[in-house]
Amino acid sequence: MAPRLKLFAPLLIFALLALLLFRGLSLDPREMPSALIDKPLPEFELFSLGGQRTLTREDVTGQVSLFNVWATWCVSCRVEHPYLQQLADAGVPIVGVNYKDEDAAALQWLQDLGNPYTVNIADRDGTLGLDLGVYGAPETYVVDADGVIRYRHVGVVDERVWRSILEPIVLELTASEVN
Amino acid sequence: MIRLCTVVMAVWSALAVLSAHAVIETYEFSSPELQERYQSLSAELRCPKCQNQNIADSNAPIAQDLRRLLYEQLEKGSSDQEILDYMVARYGEFVRYRPSFDSATAALWLAPIVLLLGGFGLLILTVRRRSGAVALDSLSASEKDQLRSLVDAAEKEV
Repeated sequence: MAPRLKLFAPLLIFALLALLLFRGLSLDPREMPSALIDKPLPEFELFSLGGQRTLTREDVTGQVSLFNVWATWCVSCRVEHPYLQQLADAGVPIVGVNYKDEDAAALQWLQDLGNPYTVNIADRDGTLGLDLGVYGAPETYVVDADGVIRYRHVGVVDERVWRSILEPIVLELTASEVN
Repeated sequence: MIRLCTVVMAVWSALAVLSAHAVIETYEFSSPELQERYQSLSAELRCPKCQNQNIADSNAPIAQDLRRLLYEQLEKGSSDQEILDYMVARYGEFVRYRPSFDSATAALWLAPIVLLLGGFGLLILTVRRRSGAVALDSLSASEKDQLRSLVDAAEKEV
């Protein structure tokens, strides 16, 4: 009987492999947790977009907010822009990190398409982006009231991403802040 | 024909050389030792954007930034470990092609050894079983007699 059962070994191995590979199909290798989760937002000292004043970490933290890394050269940023505007209109504070961009082009973009940001940090050389571990725009971070990074989303923020991922985190953080 | 081959070979190697140097900016290092460390570190650091390339090979803007950063840190006098720690603090263990050993990467480091040992174990088991099956000891006394008489009969015929 035992040698008979042995004939099923290849089938078993195949089934195991198939299961593993099938699981692999639904995993996105680009979905990497940020190395800065549960760490404070890095210190920085950069001009606001347009260059009137210097911004530091303290100027942009204090409430639960989204940090959106964007640039005019980034095509997906244009795609997500209308939805960010919608969120801003609904009262979600969004801090812009204008990443490796030119001020004039960025200001023009905001004038043409609308400005969903409470404030924009002009990260011209990408130094803040580097400290954040940004590897491509758009990226969106959820930062809590103490300035601690709670989540990073890589890619476009749309209704699905907001409803299923970001909004629950924001709501939970806001609730714990009140208590 | 030989001439054609030579021409094709020459074009081919020229292309290979071109593509190998397409990405690389030129950094002037203050010492050849720094240059060497730059080469080995940029080959070991993984590009976060294009995940299956190291930053030496990648043309992504983030890889260019990381190469510049690597150059600056080397010239500043940072040790290899300091540079790797700096990168890992921002991009996670993912950024190294040889991640440090911890609970998350244990399977990654140990799997090859476990699989190799398992393979050897299976090999030894199989070989033992096969050699056991044809051993003369497994014949009973009457079977041995039968074998001997068969051999004798065959020898007589010759």
